[in-house]
Amino acid sequence: MTAWLVRRLAAAIAIVFAVVTITFVLIHLAPGTPFGADEQHQQDPEVIARLVRQFGLDQPLPVQYVLYLRNLLRGELGQSFSQHRPVADAIADTIPPTLTLAGAALVVDFAIGLALGVYQAVRPRRFGDIVLGNVALFFHSLPTFWLGLVLLLVFGQWLHVFPVGGMRDPVLCPSVTSARCLGDVVWHLALPALTLGLVGAAGTARYQRAAMLEVVGEDYVRTARAKGLGERRVLLVHALRNALLPFITLIGLAFPFLLTGAVLVETVFAWPGMGRLSVGAIFQRDYPLVTGAALVATGAVVLGSVLADVLYAVADPRLRAPGGAT
Amino acid sequence: MTAWTWLALAGAIAVALVVWAEVRHHAAAQAAGRRFLRHPTASLGVFILAFFVTLALAAPLVAPYDPTRQLDPVHLQNQPPSLRFLLGTDVYGRDVWSRLVYGARLSLGIGTLAMLVAVTVGAGVGALAGYFRHWLDAILMRGVDVGLAVPRIFVLLMAVALWERLPLAALVLLIGLTGWFVTSRLVRAEVLSLREREFVAAAQAVGAGPTRVILRHVLPNAAAPIIVSAALGIGNVILLEAGLSFLGIGVPSPLPSWGSMIHDGWQWIVAAPWTSGFPGLAIAFVVMALNAVGDGLRDALDPRDTLDPRKEGT
Repeated sequence: MTAWLVRRLAAAIAIVFAVVTITFVLIHLAPGTPFGADEQHQQDPEVIARLVRQFGLDQPLPVQYVLYLRNLLRGELGQSFSQHRPVADAIADTIPPTLTLAGAALVVDFAIGLALGVYQAVRPRRFGDIVLGNVALFFHSLPTFWLGLVLLLVFGQWLHVFPVGGMRDPVLCPSVTSARCLGDVVWHLALPALTLGLVGAAGTARYQRAAMLEVVGEDYVRTARAKGLGERRVLLVHALRNALLPFITLIGLAFPFLLTGAVLVETVFAWPGMGRLSVGAIFQRDYPLVTGAALVATGAVVLGSVLADVLYAVADPRLRAPGGAT
Repeated sequence: MTAWTWLALAGAIAVALVVWAEVRHHAAAQAAGRRFLRHPTASLGVFILAFFVTLALAAPLVAPYDPTRQLDPVHLQNQPPSLRFLLGTDVYGRDVWSRLVYGARLSLGIGTLAMLVAVTVGAGVGALAGYFRHWLDAILMRGVDVGLAVPRIFVLLMAVALWERLPLAALVLLIGLTGWFVTSRLVRAEVLSLREREFVAAAQAVGAGPTRVILRHVLPNAAAPIIVSAALGIGNVILLEAGLSFLGIGVPSPLPSWGSMIHDGWQWIVAAPWTSGFPGLAIAFVVMALNAVGDGLRDALDPRDTLDPRKEGT
C-alpha cells in the first residue's frame, strides 16, 4: 500500500513537472517578447531593454528554465502585467470563491445524480427511466454557460428570486462578518452552483444508473432478497453500497469538469473566481497570469486523481491486497 | 422569409425524414442495427443530425438573408420572432435564423474537422503504443497522462494569451490536438488484445510489415471504439468551441458560429432573449443527438457495457 502510494505520488509529480516544462516551452515559442510594441502601444526601446533585463529574458534558455523552476518551487508564478502584483497573490485571492462554487456544485451534482441514477436503475427501460434518461441526456448536452444565462434570465431578471451576479452584496455585505452576510453569499451562490451542478448531475445519473444496474443482477442481491429483506433495504443497503464504488472515480473526474465549467459559469455570473480571473487576463494579454492559472488547474486535476485513487484503495479492500493495486 | 425559403426548409425536413427512414430500414435488417434502434433516442438523434447537416449544406437556400448583413440597424434591431424573421433579429439588425443556418456550417464543420484530427492522432498513437508495447508504449502513455492532466480550456486560454487571436485553422488544430488522449487509450487497449489474435500472426507470417499489419489488419478491427469516441467527441468539441466563442476568443465576431451568436446576444438577453436562446437550443439539440447516436453506436458495435467517463468539454 505504502509503496504503491509512493509510486502514485511520484507519477503525479512527474506529470506536473512535464506540464511545467511544456508551459515553459510554449511561452518561449510564442512570437516576440511581452514588451514588444504594437500599433497601439509605442514603447521606448530603452524601456523595453530594461524590462527584458529585469525579467531575465536576455539570459540563455536553459538558464531561464532553471530560474523558472526555482521560482515555481518557491511558489512564485511571476508578476502579473495587468494586476501589478505577483500572480500567486492574484490567484490565491480567487481560489476560495472557486472552491466554494465547485464544492456547492459538487453537492448538487452528486445529490441529484445519485438519486436520479438509483431511481432509474430500479425501473430500467420503463416509462420513468426513459423519460428521465432523456431529460438527463438533454442536460448533459447543454452548454453550461448557456444554461447559466437561461437560469439568470428566468430567476434573476423575470422572477427576481436570485441576484443577477457577483458573490455578495457590495453595499450591505462587503465582507462575510455575520450570519446574514453568509446567507447573502449562499443566495448569490445558488444559481451558479445549480448551473454547474445540474449539468454535472446529468452525467452522474447516467453513470450511477449503469453502475447500479450492474450490481442489481449480482448473486448477493438475490440472496438478500431470498432472505426476505424488504426491497428498500436490499436496494439501498446491499446494492447501493457496492454500486457506490465506481462513484469514487467520478470524484476524481469531477475536477476537470468543475474547473472547466467554472471558467464559463464564473464569467456568466461575475463570480470572482479563478476562471473569471484567467478570462479577464486574456484580454489584457497577461500571459503570466493565464499560465499560472493553467498550472494551478493542472495541479488540482492531478491532486484530484491521486485523491480518487487513494479513496478507492481505502474503500475497496480488494485493491489493498498484494498485487491488487496497479 | 420568402416562399422559396419556406419551401427549402420543408425540403430540409423532408431530406432529414428520408435519411431517418433509410437508417431505420437498414438498421432493422441486422442484429447490430437492432441494438442501435433499441436505444430510446438514437434514431431521433439521426433525424436531428440529418436535419442540421442538410441546413448547413443548403445554407444559401434556407437562409433568407446574408448572415453578416445588418439589414436596418435602426428599425430592425432586436425584433421578436415573426413570419418575416423566423427567429427574430439581433442587436445589429441581423436575421437570427440566417445566422443560425450559416452557424451550423461553422459549428458542425469545426466539430467534425477537429474530431478528425483528434481521432487520427488518437488512433495512430493508440495503435503504435498497443502494437509495439515496451518503451514506446511507456513513453506514449505517459504523454497521454500529461495531456489528460491539463484541463483543455486552459490550454486554449494559454494559446490565445500567447498568440493573440488564433486563425480559425489554428483553433481547429488546437482543439483537435488536445482531444485525442482518451481515444488513444481506448484504441491502445483494443490493439493490445488484437495483436495476440491469429489473423495478426498469420499476416506477420506471410511477411507483412508492421505498417501493413497495423493499417490493414489491426485498426479496421478496432473501428468500434474509434467510431464511438468520434461520435461522442464531436459533441464535446462543439461545446468547447461554443464556450470559447462565448468568451470572445473562438470564432471571430462577424462570422456566425452558435457560440459567437450567444456571445453577441448575451448583453441584450433581457430585451431580446431569442438572440442567445435559439443558438443555445441548437447546440443542445445537436450535442444531444450526437450523444444519443454515440450511445446507440456503442450498444450496436460494442455490446460489452463500458462505463463512459463524463464529458470534459464545457
